Amino acid sequence: MGELILSPLRYERLLEGLSVTLQVLGLAFALGIVLSLVFGVARLSERRWVRGIALVYVEFSRGISSIILLFFMAIAIPILLGLEQRSLLVLGGVALGLNMGGYGAEIIRGAILSVPKGQTEASISLNLTDAQRLRYVILPQAMRVILPPMGNLTIEILKGTALVSLVGLADLTLALRKLDVPQPGVERVPTMVLFANVLVIYFVVAQVINGLFRLAERRTERSYGTRAPIEPVPDGVETAGAGG
Amino acid sequence: MPTTASEPIPAVRMRKVSKAFGDNVVLNELDLDVAPGERVVIIGPSGSGKTTILRVCMTLERPDAGTIDINGESLYHEPDGDGLKPAREKHIRQVRSRVGMVFQHFNLFPHMSALENVALAPIKVHGMPKDEAYELGRQLLDKVGLRAHANHAPGQLSGGQKQRVAIARSLATDPDVMLFDEVTSALDPELVGEVLGVLRDIAEEGTTTMMLVTHEMGFAKEVADRVVMFDHGRILEEGPPDQLLHEPAHDRTRSFLRAVLAH
Repeated sequence: MGELILSPLRYERLLEGLSVTLQVLGLAFALGIVLSLVFGVARLSERRWVRGIALVYVEFSRGISSIILLFFMAIAIPILLGLEQRSLLVLGGVALGLNMGGYGAEIIRGAILSVPKGQTEASISLNLTDAQRLRYVILPQAMRVILPPMGNLTIEILKGTALVSLVGLADLTLALRKLDVPQPGVERVPTMVLFANVLVIYFVVAQVINGLFRLAERRTERSYGTRAPIEPVPDGVETAGAGG
Repeated sequence: MPTTASEPIPAVRMRKVSKAFGDNVVLNELDLDVAPGERVVIIGPSGSGKTTILRVCMTLERPDAGTIDINGESLYHEPDGDGLKPAREKHIRQVRSRVGMVFQHFNLFPHMSALENVALAPIKVHGMPKDEAYELGRQLLDKVGLRAHANHAPGQLSGGQKQRVAIARSLATDPDVMLFDEVTSALDPELVGEVLGVLRDIAEEGTTTMMLVTHEMGFAKEVADRVVMFDHGRILEEGPPDQLLHEPAHDRTRSFLRAVLAH
């Protein structure tokens, strides 16, 4: 087993790469969630032109190869806008976020449709605004349906971040490939060993994402049971088995 | 809106209200007035459009034609010079705030406790401070006999309890007009009584205008000021419960009542 462990210096390189990977992922995720919500809701708008724009976005973002989009954004846009190289990280995150938003919007649209119509009718009868209905009634219930596929999608995006290495962004994958290049005076590590290590790192990150989504799912489920009293129940009022 | 001094403004006034779903005409130029505090029970065969009467008053369905006034204010129209124009959302919300509805299938929010269900509208719609809204919620749950269940989720309540929470939730918005759409139809027979008991309490207070679609004829006889027999999108006949339920003028009413009472 010992020969599978790399030198501290090599781990340092990989962790630097991982840090870039996570930044790209974080950016893509944040943008992707916002776009998912905006366009998922827009797909169900009463206004035809809003639905139209959302549909164009969804089909565009799902239909375009993310690597082409990435190259376009990473190469064409800095030239067009005269940006510095440093914004590669942002552009990578944006490209993947745009991609995630298209799939995420469909997840959210489906989840909203899965909430029974009676919930909307009850909200109208209580005179909630459309936004309040979405925020307090529909989305909390849609969460049960949103979270599992959104977790999958996030892991897909994690794996997709490896694409940014192709435009020269020093992520985990690029760090791996650099370590695999023979250098004079440095002892080589078998390629297989390097890849095995990076494989484990991606796997661990994916499991962490999985765990976070499971946690969120459990929290969502919990709201469907008895919860602690909102305020202490006054003396003399029995709580009929409530508690915990 | 001009009215004569002798006649109070109706809580609900429907004029020539029509609604069709495809070729199926469910409301056919319906005229119906409900006085403030009046309790009107609407009966009729299924598919006769009686539920749609309530749904157009709650804006869950838009009528194809006609006008509906709530407390003298047009629900779907607002003044435009001398005439009327289709109302904007803001106007509809303002008029709608006087109306509440209780549904056949409760439609409680399953991710909120009973108390949160009741307090949601006071907090979000009426801007009431949270502690005040929860106090109001507890009082209303008390009124429907469920104070002890304040922290339970709907999934932990029986059908009758759910419906009583739903009634408390609607009462929390302090509506002038309450619409009850077959509120006991989805309940096991032994749970019907507890819900009717709550309705009876509201009826006895006499301040809330109630429109009820129900098949509970005994209950209708007890609380209704007026029973309306509805058929084919129109009112077939109407009158005080004793008269309409015992000596209906129309054969169709008679055969409908026989069928309902036989079941």
